[in-house]
Amino acid sequence: MLYREVGQYKTSYEADQAIFPIAQDRWFVVGLLAFGFLVVPLFAGQYFYTEVLIPVLILSIAAIGLNILTGYCGQLSLGSGGFMAVGAYAAYNLALRLPQTNIILVFLFAGVMAMLVGLLFGLPSLRIKGFYLAVATLASQFFLEWAFARVKWFTNYAPSGSVAVSRIELFGIPIDTPAKTYIFVLAMTVVLALAAKNLVRGRLGRMWMAIRDMDIAAEIIGIRPLQAKLSAFAVSSFYIGVAGALWGFLRLGSWEPLAFDVNRSFQVLFMIIIGGLGTILGSFLGAAFIVLIPISLNQLPAWLGISMSTAAISHIEFMLFGAIIVFFLIAEPHGLARLWAIAKEKLRLWPFPY
Amino acid sequence: MIGKTLTARHAGIALAALLGGLAMAAPALAQNEQFIPMLVYRTGAYAPNGVPFANGLADYYNLVNERDGGINGVKIVFEECDTGYATDRGVECYERLKGKGPTGAAYVIPLSTGITFALTEKAPIDKIPIISMGYGRSESRDGSVFQWNFPLLGTYWTAADIILQFIADQERGWDKMKGKRIALVYHDSPYGKEPIALLQKRAQMHGFETMFLPVTHPGVEQKATWLQIRQNRPDYVLLWGWGVMNSTAIKEAVAVGYPREKMYGVWWSGAEQDVRPAEEGAKGYNSAALQHTAGQFQLHQDLKKYLYDKGKGYAAKWDETGEILYIRGLINAMLGVEAIRTAQEKFGKKPMTGEQVRWGLENLNVTADRLKQLGFENELKPIKVSCEDHEGTRMGRIQTWDGKKWNVASDWITSDDSVIAPMVKEAAAKYAAEKNITPGCLVTN
Repeated sequence: MLYREVGQYKTSYEADQAIFPIAQDRWFVVGLLAFGFLVVPLFAGQYFYTEVLIPVLILSIAAIGLNILTGYCGQLSLGSGGFMAVGAYAAYNLALRLPQTNIILVFLFAGVMAMLVGLLFGLPSLRIKGFYLAVATLASQFFLEWAFARVKWFTNYAPSGSVAVSRIELFGIPIDTPAKTYIFVLAMTVVLALAAKNLVRGRLGRMWMAIRDMDIAAEIIGIRPLQAKLSAFAVSSFYIGVAGALWGFLRLGSWEPLAFDVNRSFQVLFMIIIGGLGTILGSFLGAAFIVLIPISLNQLPAWLGISMSTAAISHIEFMLFGAIIVFFLIAEPHGLARLWAIAKEKLRLWPFPY
Repeated sequence: MIGKTLTARHAGIALAALLGGLAMAAPALAQNEQFIPMLVYRTGAYAPNGVPFANGLADYYNLVNERDGGINGVKIVFEECDTGYATDRGVECYERLKGKGPTGAAYVIPLSTGITFALTEKAPIDKIPIISMGYGRSESRDGSVFQWNFPLLGTYWTAADIILQFIADQERGWDKMKGKRIALVYHDSPYGKEPIALLQKRAQMHGFETMFLPVTHPGVEQKATWLQIRQNRPDYVLLWGWGVMNSTAIKEAVAVGYPREKMYGVWWSGAEQDVRPAEEGAKGYNSAALQHTAGQFQLHQDLKKYLYDKGKGYAAKWDETGEILYIRGLINAMLGVEAIRTAQEKFGKKPMTGEQVRWGLENLNVTADRLKQLGFENELKPIKVSCEDHEGTRMGRIQTWDGKKWNVASDWITSDDSVIAPMVKEAAAKYAAEKNITPGCLVTN
């Protein structure tokens, strides 16, 4: 009843090709954005900003990036952590060596550097596929981790190999409080997510999906694998690089290569698998799932007023987290985004299903 | 189909309930309480070392509450959060706990160099001091730049210098060190990399050669590293490991036949948990002692009387209270409590804020008499902290494992400040420049 598109006629090509063709969806997204920018700052506390909202948003960008490569173009990658590291260290070095650079430019530079590295490591995808490509990207992960731990120039010869960023300013306004950081990250996320949503609906996205579904058939209908695959690697690495720079600058403030180790790659991969491969929405849902479930489970006993030893809580957290992942994958192998799509289908008929 | 959607819907509701809890506020505490967060690790790869430390902390806080009724009548309330030694979880724990209690967290003890690095960025904003006793950034000793960091009792540069001095002593003088080869087997993280700068400096001064061999976290795979040691046969091996990496290193040394007598661990590589798994093989292995060594002392009478006889102790067995890392936990808690006490003398006998505790730490002066009163006689040397010197004391000893227990093998050694102080100054100035900090002492009124 609420979600019925009866009477919404599309009278022009523009209307037919809109990002959100259904009015309810449009209003929902506008409402969500208004909520995020205006309502959340009214009630959110510091913990909610720094441990819930900011990490979820930044990792969502990384998940969108990997989703473009793996979900849309079908190229399995285990190198996200490494590309995030490229972004973080590129941004660190630019901010260090040219301190006057606008912070937006710093993050864009991070994305571009990651894009170049991504293109380089994407070259093997022209010859190898599937699991073999996963292993090749895994090698890039280890190589990049090694480079940032060993090549001293990247870390400005810090004795411990750990780098720290200085004050971050945007047009003279310091981004120092969690609330400001959140607004900045949210704005970045919205812009990047909208750009991604448009990319995957357009020619480029259709090329990627054709390659994903069947590369030989795609080639026959005139799609160049070189162009399609490398553009997917480039765009994906750009997103992941920006996410890495944001993670380093606005989430950690001080980091070591371990912050971008292979576990980070797996974390991003799990996000898109659980969230839904080949959906932008799934990237957000997956990021929220992977970040929030463990810390919620860890605090669950305290909320319920159960007194339990610290070790027991941690063990239970691991067991339940695993169980929840398995449950969701059995309930809906296509991810949380698919659950959302099913819910929407049901809503169209509600309250009179037939 | 209906059944399927039902489960999905139920799961969604459960999920929403779970996430909704994240926004929930912490339960209110009574007013006359001092809250101290405890970032510990009782699980994960480093748990064997994290558990005794956490037990020592908790037992000391409980002892102060049971025996003295708190700090000048202010009861200590603490809450544990398991970090698993992971930096991101450590920061999450810190954020979760920092605002609790009537005055917020008094101070934070991260027990991880990585978490210390991350919190160093947050401490000046949140106004919560960090006590990193025997770890953290070596240059954080400079309180004019690192106003909120307190690497009490010694940094890694201090540790490395104490070990090198002992080795030079064994060789009968620094001039005999020329041409010697010293290898560092280190945990490949900021923790393990910290001593490199000092070793290079000393190597340059005295003409010995160095060799740096990183070991990847968590350190269970060291075959390649020890193969290199077998091939190169360095005169000494320094070990900068933590958790399972230490015992693995000693076992590998046994396997390649490297003499354990020539191995020197940092004070985080010198606990019972590190040598016991290697059994007889660990005999002769040396490590630096962060002042104290193993064995029960005067304070343990109180621990037994007020906690363990009543079944309130945290350690599983009474004997564990004489172990190195448990004692280190006790000392950490003692120094924190003394800092709160010092702050109370200035600001009044009520719960202290992080800012006030920072003042207490910077003006901490634990004399020999006070140590005796507290029951730590012979375990520690007097500590006097100042703005210029957040370390307080730079003394240590070398201890040797005889197969059954740790024995002190050296007299007290003081690290050579003519070498370290300029390095601290340089590194701190570089950090200040990178972060746009104007060095200066913080004044708290």
